[in-house]
Amino acid sequence: MQRYSGFGLVKHALRHHEDWQRQWRNPTPKPGYDVIIVGGGGHGLATAYYLAKEHGITNVAVLEKGWLGGGNTARNTTIVRSNYLWDESAALYEHAMKHWEGLSQELNYNVMFSQRGVLNLGHTLQDMRDIQRRVNANRLNGIDGEVLDAEGVQSLVPIMDCSKRARYPVMGASWQPRAGVARHDAVAWGYARAADALGVDLLQNTEVTGFKIRDGQIQGVHTNRGDIASKTVGCVTAGNSSVLAGMAGLNLPLESHPLQALVSEPLKPVLDTVVMSNHVHGYISQSDKGDLVIGAGIDGYNGYGQRGSYPTVEHTLQAIVEMFPIFSRVRMNRQWGGIVDTCPDACPILSKTKVKGLYFNCGWGTGGFKATPGSGHVFAASLAKGEMHPIAAPFSIDRFHSGALIDEHGAAGVAH
Amino acid sequence: MFHIYCPYCEELREEEEFHPKGQAHIARPEEPDACSDEEWGDYLFFRDNPRGIHHEMWLHAVGCRKFFNITRNTVSYEILETYKMGEQPTVGAEHLAREEKTAREGKTDSVQVAEGGQQTVGASDAAQASVKGA
Ligand SMILES: Cc1cc2nc3c(=O)[nH]c(=O)nc-3n(C[C@H](O)[C@H](O)[C@H](O)COP(=O)(O)OP(=O)(O)OC[C@H]3O[C@@H](n4cnc5c(N)ncnc54)[C@H](O)[C@@H]3O)c2cc1C
Ligand SMILES: [Zn+2]
Repeated sequence: MQRYSGFGLVKHALRHHEDWQRQWRNPTPKPGYDVIIVGGGGHGLATAYYLAKEHGITNVAVLEKGWLGGGNTARNTTIVRSNYLWDESAALYEHAMKHWEGLSQELNYNVMFSQRGVLNLGHTLQDMRDIQRRVNANRLNGIDGEVLDAEGVQSLVPIMDCSKRARYPVMGASWQPRAGVARHDAVAWGYARAADALGVDLLQNTEVTGFKIRDGQIQGVHTNRGDIASKTVGCVTAGNSSVLAGMAGLNLPLESHPLQALVSEPLKPVLDTVVMSNHVHGYISQSDKGDLVIGAGIDGYNGYGQRGSYPTVEHTLQAIVEMFPIFSRVRMNRQWGGIVDTCPDACPILSKTKVKGLYFNCGWGTGGFKATPGSGHVFAASLAKGEMHPIAAPFSIDRFHSGALIDEHGAAGVAH
Repeated sequence: MFHIYCPYCEELREEEEFHPKGQAHIARPEEPDACSDEEWGDYLFFRDNPRGIHHEMWLHAVGCRKFFNITRNTVSYEILETYKMGEQPTVGAEHLAREEKTAREGKTDSVQVAEGGQQTVGASDAAQASVKGA
């Protein structure tokens, strides 16, 4: 792998940028692999990378039905934070946060991780009590966090309406300074390039259409490019996970919903942090290009069409304008949707299944981008050892029968 | 924007008058105490999530405030029928299979269907068994 550096940039500039190395190969599928990862989003690519890097398992293929990172990875609003309420989820997201902090160096790829802080606003007394409880829990878990009052919020975000005149006045917020945003495409590409360099085959336009299972043990997958054998298969297919599970005769407690986002025309820098409000339901940040990046809520119905409904956009923009009257005449440039796999307790599933050798990593719903490095890291360890990594273990699918749910809903302002 | 026919109001109304309420036709176990953890967990948390035909409950929230059912395609979002509580759907997974066949024969291509086919869940017991099995 040709390493990227400032010096390299100058060197390539002198050669008119004509001989940059391809970032990854485009190999033909082998008949079999030690491990197959289904789904070439951030989580799948990270899993493949850590399998090769940390466990020496390089005979690995990532099967992606479209193009790398074309699913939710490339459609999300890129908020990264780790201030979750419960110990299990805090451990998982903070594990990811620690990886984020060194990720550009680790991958030799600028993922543009920007720790500009995240505010989760409180608009009611109950919001504020929940915020206090969560920040206390975060601190006990060694995760940074502060409770701000309305004045504190106003001084961080001068353009926000923190006055008492607002329909839902801002009473305060939780503030995680280490949180922020990252460039989503770069995360997928960085993992892809690094995994490819370690020998992982990235197979695009390769759709898994079924599983080969014998005596309760996975033997491989059927694809539109023929059968590929493997005794270890990890499915990391986000909104399509129920479809994949169905092919193996399994049922997952997931529902797939459209979730949409939109970006405005580029503006001069005006917002240097991330603002989220669960109560009025909108969240916003400004990208380095200058566009306002705005996230909506899910459409309440199940859907696999990668688009969202108009009323949802309208509600979101009402919330944004409520918080930021200054944005009322900003024009929106683009709008799109992804399909998120929501779980009843708003926590992911990282789990073995009844089929030996077949694992699922899904259920990240509306908030899995932030977990990409941590999820890949613990999932790779689980696939390599055949036992779930201690951080992943509480997220087993068994919890929906044992009752040991990790109920992050509402408790942590977990929208994204 | 959906235009939804409420079977009680007998009128087409805009989506915003309604709330989706999840999968339809889920029977509460008659004796919850007699359920195994497996059965109770399935009842509480496991829902059909088909890429295709879905039977779902909706509430006419700012209309008659009644619950009713919709059969909808979760890929094209086409609403195939609406019907009252207590009634059974007339459109099921077979409908999609039929459309798929027409599409294969090159007549129409309105519905995009995942390959593998086993994920499609209709109201029929057979279809449910294929997802819940093994
Ligand atoms: C609008 C929106 C905003 C969001 N905002 C945030 C946010 O601010 N912060 C945050 O943390 N999270 C956010 N999320 C959630 C986040 O995007 C996801 O949880 C995360 O990206 C999931 O990554 P993944 O790699 O698991 O899935 P994906 O990136 O969706 O990858 C799954 C891949 O599997 C492939 N696939 C599916 N079926 C098959 C098959 N049969 N064969 C082969 N390949 C298959 C798909 O093509 C896809 O590329 C948001 C999501 C959306 C849609
Ligand atoms: Zn009505």
